[in-house]
Amino acid sequence: MTNAIEASGLVKRFGKTTALAGVDLVARPGTVLGVLGPNGAGKTTAVRILATLLRPDGGQARVCGYDVGRQAHQVRQLIGLTGQYASVDEGLSGVNNLIMIGRLLGQSRGRARARAGELLDRFDLTEAAGRPVKTYSGGMRRRLDLAASLVGRPRVLYLDEPTTGLDPRSRSDVWDMIRALVADGVTVLLTTQYLDEADQLAHDIVVIDHGKVIATGTPDELKDKSGGQVLEVEPADRAMLAAAAAVLAGRTGAVPATDADSGLVRVPVADAAVLPAVIRELDEAHVELAEFTMRKASLDEVFLTLTGDRDPAGPGGDNEIRELERSSR
Amino acid sequence: MTAATLPFAEPVPRLNPLTGLRNTITLTWRSVLKIRTNMEDVVGLSLQPIMFLLLFTYVFGGALAGGTHAYLQYALPGLLVMTVVFATLGTGLMLNQDITGGVFDRFRSLPIARWAPLGGAVLGDMVRYMISVAITLGFGMVLGFRIWTSPVSAVAACLLLLTFALSMCWVSALIGMLVKTPQGVQMFGFLVMFPLVFGSNLLVRPATMPGWLQSFVKVNPMTDLTNAVRGLLIGGPVGTAALHSLLWALAIFAVFAPLAVRAYLRRT
Repeated sequence: MTNAIEASGLVKRFGKTTALAGVDLVARPGTVLGVLGPNGAGKTTAVRILATLLRPDGGQARVCGYDVGRQAHQVRQLIGLTGQYASVDEGLSGVNNLIMIGRLLGQSRGRARARAGELLDRFDLTEAAGRPVKTYSGGMRRRLDLAASLVGRPRVLYLDEPTTGLDPRSRSDVWDMIRALVADGVTVLLTTQYLDEADQLAHDIVVIDHGKVIATGTPDELKDKSGGQVLEVEPADRAMLAAAAAVLAGRTGAVPATDADSGLVRVPVADAAVLPAVIRELDEAHVELAEFTMRKASLDEVFLTLTGDRDPAGPGGDNEIRELERSSR
Repeated sequence: MTAATLPFAEPVPRLNPLTGLRNTITLTWRSVLKIRTNMEDVVGLSLQPIMFLLLFTYVFGGALAGGTHAYLQYALPGLLVMTVVFATLGTGLMLNQDITGGVFDRFRSLPIARWAPLGGAVLGDMVRYMISVAITLGFGMVLGFRIWTSPVSAVAACLLLLTFALSMCWVSALIGMLVKTPQGVQMFGFLVMFPLVFGSNLLVRPATMPGWLQSFVKVNPMTDLTNAVRGLLIGGPVGTAALHSLLWALAIFAVFAPLAVRAYLRRT
């Protein structure tokens, strides 16, 4: 079966800045592809190219087999787009925004109105339907944005940081909607700053940094790839944190992270065979333990290992690229 | 159920030209709806000509024409031109907001004609121009302005104003495409519009102006337009001025519409 999204060697430069330096992506039909990366990594640029909004300087991309450059018109019939940039019209009411898109997609007046009602209901916006969008809260606007991208029943949906800035409740609502869409056979490309979001939703993950793919795989594969497991030790006495850290460092050869607030020492462990020795040495060093846990590395830890300690939600970066995109348009 | 068995529609390879026209109508509807939704705009759009009318009539009237009524009769046609030309600024402003706000990106991700958002914005603004003309003329008559010709030629005057506005709004659209922020559009727009509007016979007879300015007034399209509208409303020669205004409108359209479309395609 044709892949829903297939990109190879995508290159995009803005002046002297290289936003994408050869990115490959594949999304299988009916799955969620999570695109992860720190701010400024090139996620948004990649989505813009795949949504026919930006022409790549190199490489090619296909959506359901159609080339995003030469067959942009076909691609546009297949996709839905939700992002910080493709937004709704603030000067129109929610319902008119959806009707407008329906009409633009060739639906009859009645059909567009019915579909708008359906979507408003599904996204819990019926009450606010007649109000101008500029009076909406952030969460409502995001839901309307999502509804707008679904008017034409897209086969492939791009969600560029769909939950950034949402409260936890709205976030889990959006997650449920994404799961429902995938159950209907829609392919979703999801970029996110939240690693737990990717962990929850994505079937496959691509990690991008500095415009390059630095890792791909399922969430579990990625967790296995980078050290795999994490040992967490909590001394009963906080004064023993340093001593515990020294033992862990000596035994695993890795640098442990000490968190004074939670009183935890954390270290990646490649081989579980060292555990008995660690316990023995902690005992010899008179470190009494309140907690001693071995767990799979979280995606956050994987991410930090891969991108080298850069905070995925850190400031700067992406804004700069976005500015560059604007000025190049 | 697998994705392959789902009833997704197969995409068609090409845009039907009729679709482009339908897209434009939909987006015109959007622009008109926006006027209704944003009452602030409508209030501003109505109050501005009223303010101009009151200010110019009662501040300058006595000094310029020896009486407010005589001046109103002279200046109202000019004020109509001024209101409509300033109203075209709104076109550039709205286009700029659509681009910076990301609405045009949504449009571009849809399978619609690429020029439709531009066409819809311009056509929808015709309604705004009509409101401006109606309010200026209506309030002017409340203050004592009288049409000395006939209703037919008054309608002709309004049509001429709208035709000219339809061409001037492409200048505004071009500014809207080239300038980064809505504030910038306002500033550059005024930089272009002010000399055109005031460097004409719109509000005062050019006889007292220095020679170089009189030459500018003579070639300024606003002068022709004002002469034609004045002739159509209070009598006097119309033919040449109206012909020149239409030719100017055509020329401005022929130059600025393609430039604006090019800038639009490049920016979006």
